[in-house]
Amino acid sequence: MTSQNIVQFDGPTILKAENVAVYYGDKQVLRDVMLSVPTHKITALIGPSGSGKSTLLRCFNRMNDLIRGARVEGQVTYHDQDLYDPEVDPVEVRRRIGMVFQKPNPFPKSIYENITWGARINGYRGTMDELVERSLRRAALWDEVKDRLHENALSLSGGQQQRLCIARAIAIEPEVILMDEPASALDPIATLKIEELMHELKENYTILIVTHNMQQAARVSDYTAMMMLTEDRNSATVIEFGKTQAIFTHPRDRRTEDYITGRIG
Amino acid sequence: MATRSAERVITGDEAVRAALRRKAGRNIPELIIRWILLACSLISILTTVGIVGVLVFESAAFFSEVPLGDFLLDTQWTPLFADKRFGIWPLVVGTLMTSTIAIAVALPLGLLSAIYLSEYASPRLRSTIKPILEVLAGIPTVVYGFFALLFVTPLLERVIPNLATFNAISPGIVMGIMILPMVASLSEDALHAVPVGLRYGAFALGGTKFEVSTRIVVPAALSGIAASFILAISRAVGETMIVAIAAGQRPVLTFDPREPIQTMTAYIVQVSLGDVPAGSLAYRTIFAVAMLLFLMTLVLNIASYFIVRRFREVYE
Ligand SMILES: Nc1ncnc2c1ncn2[C@@H]1O[C@H](COP(=O)(O)OP(=O)(O)OP(=O)(O)O)[C@@H](O)[C@H]1O
Ligand SMILES: [Mg+2]
Repeated sequence: MTSQNIVQFDGPTILKAENVAVYYGDKQVLRDVMLSVPTHKITALIGPSGSGKSTLLRCFNRMNDLIRGARVEGQVTYHDQDLYDPEVDPVEVRRRIGMVFQKPNPFPKSIYENITWGARINGYRGTMDELVERSLRRAALWDEVKDRLHENALSLSGGQQQRLCIARAIAIEPEVILMDEPASALDPIATLKIEELMHELKENYTILIVTHNMQQAARVSDYTAMMMLTEDRNSATVIEFGKTQAIFTHPRDRRTEDYITGRIG
Repeated sequence: MATRSAERVITGDEAVRAALRRKAGRNIPELIIRWILLACSLISILTTVGIVGVLVFESAAFFSEVPLGDFLLDTQWTPLFADKRFGIWPLVVGTLMTSTIAIAVALPLGLLSAIYLSEYASPRLRSTIKPILEVLAGIPTVVYGFFALLFVTPLLERVIPNLATFNAISPGIVMGIMILPMVASLSEDALHAVPVGLRYGAFALGGTKFEVSTRIVVPAALSGIAASFILAISRAVGETMIVAIAAGQRPVLTFDPREPIQTMTAYIVQVSLGDVPAGSLAYRTIFAVAMLLFLMTLVLNIASYFIVRRFREVYE
């Protein structure tokens, strides 16, 4: 099933999925997934609803462990270390591979505490004030909230909440940030801010982002992976991977072309 | 509202019209049911009003004979003796002592069980244990009372020196056990209502299960947990049977939980069951005590109402 359309990326790779299959109970939803995530690049995961994008994303920081009945097979590696090795502590994995969710989920605490929570449980030793300012600046939120750091984070707008979640994720200095449709609940201006932010973050982080928005994928990502249900329609896999520009201008797979041009999905 | 144009009625099919017409026979039962339901709700409202009315009326009569100052400042409670003293403190302290012990047992254990059920237990275990908790909450308190007197007190006598047969510790502990399922069940509801997205957010930052449970989920559910605590406290303050059976009938001001005491509720039971003539001053004491008890639980319930209201706003 792994087709010739998967261009194995030959530059530095930080995360790799090899022959990954995921089951929820008896139901297989992913099969034969091959994907390399290039270091310090933005990789977009696109594909129709139900094609397992979120599921695949969760394989990379072991969030699937939290879903009862979920089972991951195959190999997922981070710096060539198997993430599903019994020796590996998923808590440590998530420290290094952060995640931003589709729906903003700030803690019902102050803006300040939202940032410091992760640092605190991870035994951060620096000055919290500095950490808060640095993270909020990097998330392009500082100017909007610097006078209300001790207000409840839920008083922020949806777009601000999402940037706070990004700030919270980068505050613990992960190497990779996984984003599951981070802008889907936001208006175009807030979306634009998040996209600009991703460009900035690329310098220091590797980003893997799920998006339904083709323009967004084209705008922000360097590489794109296309996911699709297989012919039997029971499970999905990555059917094409390559430079975003190549995928969007000369897709090799008919299904990718149909999806990008809006004929399916 | 549909418009009733004359044309429509005329053009309507005769059979349809007959079918849709109001049936006379249906209205009467509808009306009767409505009146019965109204009467039922009125009865419960009127009873409550009646109870409060009697309390106010009888305590007013009591306070016309006994100055409020004596009631609140005296430290002796001897209304049934020749030398009558009406200081409420022995009963209040007795109540607070047993309640405090009960709360010290029920709140921590209840919260820990709730955290276990909500965050650690499998859905299957959770759905087995929750109904069991509710059954436990339905055990008649007289059973707990004898459990305290005949089982817990003898057990405690082995470890606590100078423990009287009737004391505050044993019924306090058993009362705590009695309230525990309620605290666990209500706190578990509050924890369970915390959106799962918050937990995922915390796990994604490298939180362990314990950190996520205690530092994100519990604080987010705090108002609901606090409401369950207040309900538990008012249960403990108002609980009657266990203390009447196992705490004794000695209204003496003491802070030693090993000694026999009397709570406000137990005093009311004692006098109600005794041969005090209705209308006498001794008889009226129970209304004054009941009034105070009513005010205490009312304050607790109002507090929990406001806390629960705050709770609703917490995640949005
Ligand atoms: N917790 C779960 N339990 C059982 N099945 C699940 C669970 N989560 C996802 N699935 C199933 O797995 C398949 C892939 O779901 P997934 O959420 O990964 O798709 P997706 O590509 O992210 O879709 P969308 O674009 O709608 O978010 C779907 O068929 C879905 O029903
Ligand atoms: Mg998804």
